[in-house]
Amino acid sequence: MAQSTQEILAGLAEIVNEETGLDPASVELDKSFTDDLDIDSLSMMTIVVNAEDKFGVSIPDDEVKNLKTVRDAVDFIASAQG
Amino acid sequence: MTSPAPRRVVVTGLGATTPLGGTASDTWEALLAGRSGARTMAFDWVATYQLPVTFAATIHTDPAEVLSKVETRRLDPSSQYALIAAREAWADAGTPEVEAERLGTAVGSGIGGVWTLLSQWDTLREKGPRRVFPLAVPMLMNNGPAAAVSLEFGARAGAHTPVSACASGAEAIGFGLEMIRSGRADVVICGGTEAAVHPLPIAGFAAMQALSTRNDAPELASRPYDTGRDGFVLGEGAAVVVLEAEEHAAARGARVYAEVASVGMSSDAHHIAAPEPEGAGAARAMREAVERAGLSATDIVHINAHATSTPVGDVAESTAIRRAFGADADHMPVSATKSMTGHLLGAAGALESVFTILAVANRLAPAAINVDDLDPQIDLDVVHRTHRELPSGDIAALNNSFGFGGHNVALVVRSA
Repeated sequence: MAQSTQEILAGLAEIVNEETGLDPASVELDKSFTDDLDIDSLSMMTIVVNAEDKFGVSIPDDEVKNLKTVRDAVDFIASAQG
Repeated sequence: MTSPAPRRVVVTGLGATTPLGGTASDTWEALLAGRSGARTMAFDWVATYQLPVTFAATIHTDPAEVLSKVETRRLDPSSQYALIAAREAWADAGTPEVEAERLGTAVGSGIGGVWTLLSQWDTLREKGPRRVFPLAVPMLMNNGPAAAVSLEFGARAGAHTPVSACASGAEAIGFGLEMIRSGRADVVICGGTEAAVHPLPIAGFAAMQALSTRNDAPELASRPYDTGRDGFVLGEGAAVVVLEAEEHAAARGARVYAEVASVGMSSDAHHIAAPEPEGAGAARAMREAVERAGLSATDIVHINAHATSTPVGDVAESTAIRRAFGADADHMPVSATKSMTGHLLGAAGALESVFTILAVANRLAPAAINVDDLDPQIDLDVVHRTHRELPSGDIAALNNSFGFGGHNVALVVRSA
């Protein structure tokens, strides 16, 4: 079942908070995972795996490098759910 | 050319999280109050695996109460305990100003990240490789705690992990001492940690018949030197000290608890687990420590013994102490603090060093509990029932730590 951008963003922010302790409100669509949120590749893998479970999608390892911003991730999840 | 006198190394900070308390001072108070940290384990897995031992000296303060959620996720419990104790010790030392390249860490652990190792193994089997936590390896590795402490304080003189089973914590303090003596560092955060109250080590120790099976009375189970002793009580936690070159501590006007004067080490090469019954190796470590401190046996006024409460080990240590010091051992009141803390394995030597330091600083040797009927094979002045006051003036004390594998470590602590 497809979720709205806002729902996916909120769910993703929760996962990021769980992994990094960052305030969920700081997880905004235009933020870069590495440059703005200071998320390293190890944390990113954990976030990806948890997002797969939470949103019921599959995010191939090859795809992860393309998920530069929060919007990239939200869009990918939305289309994968579609 | 004469070699310069070795640098004096002093203790300026203490930290601990143990079965008796969440801090070093709470632990020491509980120890003096004669409390036991042993309790029936409330974990589902005790019944699941039908463990023959149903109690342990579990940690008093849940790390989740002290650490952030992210820290508890990214650190194995062994690293969590070490970090908690190190933060306390560092604050207790007055957060010294020290160049990163002159600050070192040495944190030992006997078993390492057993919780991470085995939970991630379960994850692999149940959910496949992709679900294995990306931090699994850095979390399970035995040097994880030393690395975590090094990262926390930006310590760049070296991060070390002595591993010698139940002597690891004492060996780490000895290592810290030598780092300062050899000029590699001015300040070293050192100690030991263990988080092995887990079904596998419990089953393993039980299979060796090393653990007490006094399931109906956990608080009475750890009874070193008592005729009714039947094995050790598994404990967990960490203890950390801040060691500092004397001149460095003096320059910043630091409060000094005591001096760590020397370390003596030896190995038995006798049996992988059993102590050498004549105590030759252990005695050699003790004598070496006293000699290296420039002292003689008559200067030692207190021993914190390894005293795990196993039938064979306690007698072997008594034999070793007599072998090392002969009749001089008559005037060395011996404390057996594992009667209260349980056996913290790789953290034990560090925690008992903290107790030895506090005993010297407070001139008080803590009384063991559960010594109701002193084993006649124990030829020592065992402190029980009431604490023993230690003499005024310059005094020195010894902390013994031994580990499976035949590791013997003895540390000498002198009054400041």
